[in-house]
Amino acid sequence: MNIIVCVKQVPDTTVVKIDPVKGTLIREGVPSIMNPDDKGGLELALRLKDQFGAHVTVISMGPPQADVMLREALAMGADRAILLSDRKFAGADTLATSYALSGLCRVLDYDLIIAGRQAIDGDTAQVGPELAEHLDLPQITYVADAKLLENGNLQVDKENEDGVQVLEVEGKCLLTVLASAFDARYMSVSGIMEAYDKEVEVWSADKIDVEEGKLGLAGSPTKVFKSFPKAMKAPGEVHEVTPEEAVELIVNQLKVKHII
Amino acid sequence: MDKKDYKNVFVFAEQREGVIQSVALELLGKARDLADALGEKVVAMLLGEGIKDQAQMLIEFGADEVIVVDAPELKDFLSEQYSQAVGQIIIDRKPSIVLYGATTIGRDLAPRIASRLKTGLTADCTKLDIEPDKDGEPEFRMTRPAFGGNLMATIICPNNRPQMSTVRPGVMQKIQRQPGREGIVTEFAPKFDASKFKVKLVKTIKADKQVADIAEAKILVSGGRGVHDKEGFDKLQALADVLGGQVASSRAMVDNGVMPHEVQVGQTGKTVRPNLYMACGISGAIQHLAGMEESDYIIAINKDKFAPIFSVADLGIVGDLHKIVPMLTERIKKELEG
Repeated sequence: MNIIVCVKQVPDTTVVKIDPVKGTLIREGVPSIMNPDDKGGLELALRLKDQFGAHVTVISMGPPQADVMLREALAMGADRAILLSDRKFAGADTLATSYALSGLCRVLDYDLIIAGRQAIDGDTAQVGPELAEHLDLPQITYVADAKLLENGNLQVDKENEDGVQVLEVEGKCLLTVLASAFDARYMSVSGIMEAYDKEVEVWSADKIDVEEGKLGLAGSPTKVFKSFPKAMKAPGEVHEVTPEEAVELIVNQLKVKHII
Repeated sequence: MDKKDYKNVFVFAEQREGVIQSVALELLGKARDLADALGEKVVAMLLGEGIKDQAQMLIEFGADEVIVVDAPELKDFLSEQYSQAVGQIIIDRKPSIVLYGATTIGRDLAPRIASRLKTGLTADCTKLDIEPDKDGEPEFRMTRPAFGGNLMATIICPNNRPQMSTVRPGVMQKIQRQPGREGIVTEFAPKFDASKFKVKLVKTIKADKQVADIAEAKILVSGGRGVHDKEGFDKLQALADVLGGQVASSRAMVDNGVMPHEVQVGQTGKTVRPNLYMACGISGAIQHLAGMEESDYIIAINKDKFAPIFSVADLGIVGDLHKIVPMLTERIKKELEG
């Protein structure tokens, strides 16, 4: 079985801060990490590899620095890593990104594609389904478990607001995975040693099966009109008082608001 | 493609087991604003099996027309079946805007459609407006949080149609229901290509729903790290009980297993806008604030007077929730007994 895993390098948004004066993101000192849902996807691929044997290729689109994250993926147990890196991809929205990734997938052999549900910098959850559509593959999103059945089909648990849908899919497909369902393994010492003997292949746009006009900014239907720091509402009153006084204050306000 | 050919604001009216979801009605409320600003109509797409009699409700909540697709293929949500039906409606009817709920269904379906129709999609919008562009033409602007809620971005889709977005449940407001409001119900019969139906539903396992949906609650008593443990949450539950509300939680107390994920408020949990949100022992990480700051009235109790939760609270109390909450519960009980 050949598995492609899509991974993205993201800033750790839990430590991102906003410059209160300029209203811009402070990126300095913010670590770059493998997107958590994607890491969950890689873990699922490696579990399938452990159980049934598989060749796992991790792919990513991004700047040359993303090489570090792909080395981590190799050290965790992936067999091959390809980084799509080219100025022609710059400014891509989710449609243009998924299109570029589809061009890479088309020149690789695969039986299964796994992506994370969403990236923590964009939170869109769009690239996976859009990639599936470009490749005309069935998709299952919000995947919490997947196993290979004897008939060769995959049985997949999909989480939703009401519980779980158990689905069976025949043939090639694309899954998007929840990090919370797959505790990712650590890199092993031997994995790290081996990773440095493996190469992270860096590919430009001319190595993949795409029309150039559909890449990057030109291929992106959506544009950022503006971005701005979130407007905070004016804070209310803050009281440092005894518990008795606090209860009084709260009860009075609940009455004013007709809650009691 | 001529943009002028594309008209009307469409809403994907999500139903689960035949029940129209609240988010669909919220989207109709927003679609009403947008359509009125554009001088266009609101059209709801209602897909399922045996759901036609629900169309009138969508009209009473603001739809001018309901397109009903009633087919056994659409009994349960499956990506390909729904994508074929919705994709064919959009190609046939050419809407200018399509709105979906940012639910596990909407966030599965909408990107599939966007990729099929090669158009733009903006996820998890919190604000949708029509504003004049530089030539004075009406432009659809979609605003959403980015970088984990640290930044807001306004997105446009200038050259492709339809313009599409998903909106989280609880963000938009439904209009007052107008019983007897008149509208058109149209039936649509898609041409299904069953050869692409590769995913089969084996079974559905419903989660034990002991907890009601916090997104529907009018009063939420929410706890964070400062609540410490299950016993701490019992105090919050007692307060919620006397107020007729429910208990919610920050991410920290879900991650450590004290509370279930269904009651988590915030970026990776639910967006809530109750009449009263009481944040007890919640410091107020930006990801949490993103999920609750639209609440009508916010009371925060926290030991740390520098906690960011105070920046969104209408009433902030610096103090120990373990003392204040039980006293408050007793006091409110007395007030209510009169």
